Amino acid sequence: MAMFGLFGGRPTASDAAVEAAALRSDRFRQEREGDWTRLETIVAKMESGRIRRLSDADVLALPELYRTVASSLSVARETSLDAATLAYLEGLVQRAWFQVYGPRVTLWGWLRRFFGGEWSRSVRMLWPELGAALALMVAGTVVGWLLVAGDQDWYFSLVPTDFLDVRVPGATRQALRATLFDSSTHDGLSIFATYLFSHNAGIAILCFALGFAFGVPPLLLLVQNTATLGAMLWLFHSKGLTYDFVGWLSIHGTTELFAILIAGAAGLHVGRSMAFPGKRSVIEAAAEAGQRAAVVMAGVVLMLVCAGLLEGLGRQLIQSTPTRYTIGYGMLAFWLVYFFAFRRNPQGSETA
Amino acid sequence: MSVLALPRRSDRRRTLVTPEGIALPITLASRSTRLGALLIDLGIMFLSILIVTLVLAYGGMRLWGDKSGNDGVKEGVQFLIIAWLVLVWLTRYAYFLAFELGPRGATPGKRLTGIRIAARSGGRLTVEMVLARNLLRDIEIFLPLQLVVTAQGIEGTDYGALMAGLWFLLFALFPLFNRDRLRAGDIIAGTWVIEAPRRKLEAVMSISETANHGTSRTTGASYRFGDAELAVYGEFELQTLERVLRENRPEALAAVHEAICRKIGWHPGAGDERAFLEAYYTQLRARLESGMRMGRRKADKHTPGTG
Repeated sequence: MAMFGLFGGRPTASDAAVEAAALRSDRFRQEREGDWTRLETIVAKMESGRIRRLSDADVLALPELYRTVASSLSVARETSLDAATLAYLEGLVQRAWFQVYGPRVTLWGWLRRFFGGEWSRSVRMLWPELGAALALMVAGTVVGWLLVAGDQDWYFSLVPTDFLDVRVPGATRQALRATLFDSSTHDGLSIFATYLFSHNAGIAILCFALGFAFGVPPLLLLVQNTATLGAMLWLFHSKGLTYDFVGWLSIHGTTELFAILIAGAAGLHVGRSMAFPGKRSVIEAAAEAGQRAAVVMAGVVLMLVCAGLLEGLGRQLIQSTPTRYTIGYGMLAFWLVYFFAFRRNPQGSETA
Repeated sequence: MSVLALPRRSDRRRTLVTPEGIALPITLASRSTRLGALLIDLGIMFLSILIVTLVLAYGGMRLWGDKSGNDGVKEGVQFLIIAWLVLVWLTRYAYFLAFELGPRGATPGKRLTGIRIAARSGGRLTVEMVLARNLLRDIEIFLPLQLVVTAQGIEGTDYGALMAGLWFLLFALFPLFNRDRLRAGDIIAGTWVIEAPRRKLEAVMSISETANHGTSRTTGASYRFGDAELAVYGEFELQTLERVLRENRPEALAAVHEAICRKIGWHPGAGDERAFLEAYYTQLRARLESGMRMGRRKADKHTPGTG
């Protein structure tokens, strides 16, 4: 009985595992599947965000393994009819490809690049649209003013009012002045600020997204919003409150109107690229413009957070018109310097 | 699965050429899969907002519910409302963004349905693309939803809801009218949605006793097939047979066994179907693969014989 144990009868573990396959293509697979499963393990770890848990050896091996498995796939396509293995390899190469060529930059790294020049550069690249949007906004304000100056009924079409609003034509100077220096609504100020910013961010995103329809809707939105402004400006001017009204508006308005201007320009940019794609196809042009505009829009949302805080907190807490002017135009100067004077090239930028 | 489904999926097949020059076949996600993924995501968003709302409301009640009127309470409630507003806003704008920027390029809904986003150019997926496609999502879904809700609040504005519905339909039907199933956001961002299969490595087919030597372990019968008997089938039949063997269901094995025996003029016995099929599979594959190496391929049984 002891002899039985010595001379075979007890198959070794390696015999069972690497039992030779009859087919040449299956032997090809058996020689390489160690690499395949190693790549699969590494990719699975990266996909579940456990990249820190990978050993240095694994990280270094990834590109090499990816190329090995990719060449396994091209050989297998020519020599093997094993459908399950081919499908496995195709899936594995696709998954590895996404990890090897995935977004290399972390969110933190992207933010640093974004604030360090990418945002301002993208804004500068929109300069023709920025000019057009600015012209439209000025025109909208003038039109709003002239319409109301000609016929006061226009005021009600241009400015959304409710029954309790005292800011209507024919209101007394005192009533109007009170709306500019009203500090009674201190309660819930921060709620108001939060609400405003989410509301405004919605409008700006709308302005951008509608650029998709060849840029016509952003034009209308810009004109409509500034016509409201023009109408109100006329109303306060007619009672000699221009100076105070502009201060009331400027503290947050320089930031907010600038943000809306940029959002409108981003929408126009997408629309213009689709209408006049040049040598590219419409789809390519739209994608290129869309990605540039998306960077700009991420910044616009941040500007609107600032504007919301200035409007909700700053305007209610600061009741002096000169201080309002200082803050408002200080912010405007800050944005202008940041966008147009700050020309550092972003480091590690992927797009040329 | 993939073999039989191939003709139906063929119009969704695209080829991506990697920088190494390998043609990587990809399959665009079907419209119904994407709708399913979206519904799952919206469900998750709705549920998480609901749960946080209830938790905040309950916490607020427990903390300040019994002593209303003093200033501390007011500030506490204000804080809760702000937290809620910020949360809803973040859910609306950041949910899709955060998940699609992750290493899988997919939201939970997309992960569950086995799809992900990718750059249409075949290059890297960038942060800008993910931003752009999700900014557009806002006018595609959330804005018309908001319009429907507000329009019902105001009397006599039925046409408002109608407009919102039309708007919604315009964008919802967008993927129906282009070949690559792009929604508006995909066009602006330069992305598309593809299937991201996660397959296991299946067992090697030709290592069993029968496959190696053509002899059955149970009956000892020897299965050897001549050229004429192997020449009747092609690659399509081979891969169907592979699937049947991998699935290993007795009734399917028996049916295929009978069909092959009838075709090649053998008399089907019973009880040893698997061994017979393994031997036939291995020998057919050996024949077809050696033909492949010579540059001769036989797609299916209708392809003329290669001698």
